[in-house]
Amino acid sequence: ALPSRVTISIQLTPLRPARFPSIERDPVFSRENQYFQSQNERYEAAVRKAVHLQKKMHEMGWTESGPEFKYIYRAVSGDIAFLLHRIFIRSISVLGSDKQIAKWIPLATQHKLIGSYAQTELGHGTYLQGLETTAVFDITTQEFILNTPKVSAMKWWPGDMGRSATHTVVFAQLYINGKCYGVHPFIVQIRSLRDHSLCPGITAGDIGPKMNFENVDNGYLMLQNVRVPRENMLNKFCEVQPDGTYVRQGSQKINYFTMTTVRISLISDEVIIPLMKACTIAIRYSVVRRQSKLKPGKQEAKILDYQTQQEKLLPQLATAYAFHFINDYLQELFNRVYREIRKKNFNTLPELHAFSSGFKAMVTQYSTSAVQICLQACGGHGYSSLSGLPSLYTRIIASCIYEGENTILLLQTARFLIKCSRAASAGQPVPPSVTYLAAVKPGKCPAKNKLEFLSPDIYTEAYQHMAARSVQRMGNGDLIQSGVKKHDAWNQCTVQLAQAAKAHCHYITVKNFAETVEKLKTEAGIQKIMKHLCDLFALHGIFSNAGVFLHDGYVSGAQMDMITASYLDLLAVIRKDAVPLVDAFDFTDKSLNSALGSYDGQVYQRLYEWAQKSPTNKQVRMLDYIRATLCISQSTRCLLFF
Amino acid sequence: MVMNADLRRERAAATFQPELLTHILDGGAERTRRRKEIEALVINDPDFQHEDLNFLSRSQRYEQAIRKSSLMVMKLREHGIADPDEIYWFKSFIHRGRPEPLDLHLGMFLPTLLTQATPEQQDRFFMPAWNLEIIGTYAQTEMGHGTHLRGLETTATYDPATQEFILNSPTVTSIKWWPGGLGKTSNHAIVLAQLYTQGQCKGLHAFIVPIRQLGTHEPLPGITVGDIGPKFGYDEMDNGYLKMDNFRIPRENMLMKYAQVEPDGTYVKPLSDKLTYGTMVFIRSLIVGDSARSLSRACTIAIRYSAVRHQSELKPGEPEPQILDYQTQQYKLFPLLATAYAFHFVGTYIKNTYHRISGDINEGDLSELPELHALTAGLKAFTSWTANAGIEECRMACGGHGYSRCSGIPDIYVTFTPSCTYEGENTVMMLQTARFLVKSYTQVSSGQQVTGMVSYLNDLSRQRIQPQHVAARAVTVRLNDPISLVEAYKARAARLVEAAAKNLQAELNHRKSKEDAWNRTSVDLVRASEAHCHYVVVKLFTAKLSEISNAAVRAVLTELCLLYALYGISKNTGDFLQAGILTDAQITQVNHHVKELLAAIRPNAVALVDSFDFHDVHLGSVLGRYDGNVYENMFEWAKKSPLNKTEVHESFHKHLKPMQAKL
Repeated sequence: ALPSRVTISIQLTPLRPARFPSIERDPVFSRENQYFQSQNERYEAAVRKAVHLQKKMHEMGWTESGPEFKYIYRAVSGDIAFLLHRIFIRSISVLGSDKQIAKWIPLATQHKLIGSYAQTELGHGTYLQGLETTAVFDITTQEFILNTPKVSAMKWWPGDMGRSATHTVVFAQLYINGKCYGVHPFIVQIRSLRDHSLCPGITAGDIGPKMNFENVDNGYLMLQNVRVPRENMLNKFCEVQPDGTYVRQGSQKINYFTMTTVRISLISDEVIIPLMKACTIAIRYSVVRRQSKLKPGKQEAKILDYQTQQEKLLPQLATAYAFHFINDYLQELFNRVYREIRKKNFNTLPELHAFSSGFKAMVTQYSTSAVQICLQACGGHGYSSLSGLPSLYTRIIASCIYEGENTILLLQTARFLIKCSRAASAGQPVPPSVTYLAAVKPGKCPAKNKLEFLSPDIYTEAYQHMAARSVQRMGNGDLIQSGVKKHDAWNQCTVQLAQAAKAHCHYITVKNFAETVEKLKTEAGIQKIMKHLCDLFALHGIFSNAGVFLHDGYVSGAQMDMITASYLDLLAVIRKDAVPLVDAFDFTDKSLNSALGSYDGQVYQRLYEWAQKSPTNKQVRMLDYIRATLCISQSTRCLLFF
Repeated sequence: MVMNADLRRERAAATFQPELLTHILDGGAERTRRRKEIEALVINDPDFQHEDLNFLSRSQRYEQAIRKSSLMVMKLREHGIADPDEIYWFKSFIHRGRPEPLDLHLGMFLPTLLTQATPEQQDRFFMPAWNLEIIGTYAQTEMGHGTHLRGLETTATYDPATQEFILNSPTVTSIKWWPGGLGKTSNHAIVLAQLYTQGQCKGLHAFIVPIRQLGTHEPLPGITVGDIGPKFGYDEMDNGYLKMDNFRIPRENMLMKYAQVEPDGTYVKPLSDKLTYGTMVFIRSLIVGDSARSLSRACTIAIRYSAVRHQSELKPGEPEPQILDYQTQQYKLFPLLATAYAFHFVGTYIKNTYHRISGDINEGDLSELPELHALTAGLKAFTSWTANAGIEECRMACGGHGYSRCSGIPDIYVTFTPSCTYEGENTVMMLQTARFLVKSYTQVSSGQQVTGMVSYLNDLSRQRIQPQHVAARAVTVRLNDPISLVEAYKARAARLVEAAAKNLQAELNHRKSKEDAWNRTSVDLVRASEAHCHYVVVKLFTAKLSEISNAAVRAVLTELCLLYALYGISKNTGDFLQAGILTDAQITQVNHHVKELLAAIRPNAVALVDSFDFHDVHLGSVLGRYDGNVYENMFEWAKKSPLNKTEVHESFHKHLKPMQAKL
């Protein structure tokens, strides 16, 4: 059994996911058999759940756009179909005219049709201008003719498109009178509303097994002379008039805003929540699992009492908290920008766009590796699907790629930082979060002993120095001065540019964590433990990237030894509260769906009982194959080397 | 099909002949020829054809695997394949690098009979096992205990009245858990249990336990056995559980070549058990080789795909470049390519050393064993951790398509990743190496000389004559010279071993118990081991260069070796700066050199993965195909997916239509 739940009173209410017992207890949403199911079974279950959820939402009076949906999504752990249907609706709302919204949205919300969103192609992902699907305007019939001119132009990956969707928003290069006007969105019907068969000219299907997301039928789509009426081009921003005149209207910047919205929303649901779940499972298991002895004659020790185990898991726990708080920070920034945009002021959008890119990249990358560490920290049992960790891992890793590949996102952030750095040096105004770039001075870290490294001022300053130096060095642009062409120069600096962007995001995360802790003043017990976690997060970052802090002598070798000592001391301090710190995430056992991570700690019993339910234990023996082949006699020793 | 134009250009532009490098990797042209011959035996054999495993359920994958395993055992004899390496090629080609249900029977059960059974026991068990009437597994790990063997809880209590052992799984945690082939395949198991006789526990011993009825294959009374359920990969393997309730076996079923229990219950101690050391060394050396191979496969896929895939623009107005032309992509992949080569040479070195030493062992000379044992423990951990992360890097470098099973990388990853845990959990392995390093350091401190890979520690005592911290030692490092970089790595390892040993001593001085002090220093100790292993890898890679006679091949391998060493420095600059091995200015130079090397290796990248010489069938990847026709074949592959069996999926009629009718 676990130690008493509350050795310190932790009440971090904002961390608690709102609970929807009517969903969690509903047997239709049970995920108990999930790990045993085939791709086909997972898909069917996801459709069943989505349909059931519709019914339930209807009964409860919840709407897709209401605040409840976020919590419902968590309660079902995202294991439902028709997720792209929501993106379909959102894209029409954002990109469609009032007339188009009036026509399509009611059909979609009543599920008269099921939508998808077809942007990515076999040959093109993040680089949208490269898409090859074409939409040629035919003045005589007032239609667009859509085509997939070659294999690499096939739409590939869109969710819900393989089996479910009847309609999709297709992004295609618009041609009028032989002239290309760039990528535009078109509503295309792909399946019959009557019998779900494919429409003429449409080839579509499922793209086959993936590492996870079996609940989603990611699909392919090939278009051969598919005609859609002129009104099916989403035309809030651009319109093709009956005579073929192309008209642009309003600002397209709002498009950026849509991407940013999606990026920010995935950070919490698809990244931080799974990270918290992984920490919960690994830490709870580490106080149940005993292995070897720390003291002769005593009972075997809990594996969390080993320093190496603490060093694996506790920094990940600190990271989960740090990212929870940086997500709040991003959300605030988002709300501020949104308020401005509603006043038609787009000035703050570049900052939001740049930071949401960089933070998405940093958070997904660190969280992915954190979940992997949690999995491997559970020894052999971590590899059992029943631990819940393999599916958390294979799901979270996709986040490094979708909604913008991480390296590309970091380079976007870097571009913004360099612009700001140059502006700041020239005395021009820059957003408050980057003013620090103007004031880098060579200096030394003032800390004199290991305790001083537990001062947020000391380590935040060190991070700031390191980030400013990384960005400035790039901004100075050695290569540009040496006359290499601009584009080559950029490519030759990209490794360091990406590192600079990460350094900035890391700095802001540390700074934000420290400031959040400061604000927790009213709750002393919590503030104390959060302070420890903040210290751990910061010092772990320095310990793991010692080189960049040592590089220009800001931190000396002797100071690095102090940092290491302080860092290792913190592990033992936080060890005591490790379990309450994951309990505070407040996941139900159903939502964790893990034999290792359940609240009561009955790991082995659960593992044993669950395994017996595996379909492999129902199947008949496979001995006939072996029986058929009994004829070996010589060379016994060779088999030793299998 | 015609070869993709990009790949054709890449191959034409290479500065060396890939075949020559393949020969080096295989250990000679003749061995390459023989390997390909054996591969052809499998490819041209219709018995080994089957549907793409990605589309099969777990039960179906198990069934395919066991079908192939049975055929394999038969055909080995048919083709007269008997050399261990050749058997390994045959097997891994049939199973395409995946595990199979008879692995434990062939790799553990039979060898254990040979080494630990008495002649009488061999008479009883070996031939039936050889003929697969008895199919066995090796049941060591329990639900509650893995690496720490002494903690195993299964008991075997001797009953002199009936001359039987009574086997019991007294707790849930004592249920045997994970053994491969146990779930469905085996009818016998070698069970490790705590032996009790005459009221005393005599520690772990091995027993041959029948678990299923010959003929019907039903579990025997007193035996509960089954499959442990789905895992992260290993779909082909029926890892199982085994629970025993007062299950009786005759006295003669205890493996008694060494320890014995006499009919009256008297226990006779074994003479020596050092030999088991040798087996562990051997298996861990296989994992080092496996790290190299798995990473090589992932690199082959990612690099070929990166030469075929075009995206975005480098210069306005120009066609989209191959993604391999982006520096960030090169920075992701080329260090891994260099690592794959490095690990390959390390694997070969350990295997050769093992074979050299095992001759001595048979003659009773165990002097070199402790160092090799300590070294392979650390290298097993070092290489498997690095390869594990590297495979994932390769997958992510393939963007979204890497996530599809058609890329083949997910399968490589899930097959490889458990090796971080099995045959000794990696952190525990690192600490074993650390124990040896600290011991060596202590010897040096007390004035003794040490030999072998740790001999650099001898230098520490020489420096102590001048009262200087090792960090203050000036090493003149030439960044373009692999031999000089080996010295830099050596200095780093020496510094970290010394620091860990001193911290350990400081904890002991605080009157901590030995175990506590060790635990409180373990993070430092792991770092020291890592630095030591890293040094060994750089050293072995560098040593390999001088053996290569072809100038063009040597040139490209030298670039890879430099990249491996310099990239390692750039990722661990803190260690080199803090110890004063390199200056700030040199670190800047290191980063600069790394980038230059990326550009230098770029033209040979495809040829360097071609040299690994993985057949498409073995690679199992649409993205990594030799001919580079990626997109067409992705489409062909997807069409075979189970979800595409019917044009309208059944769930439309079951769920969607009724919903649409209601709303």
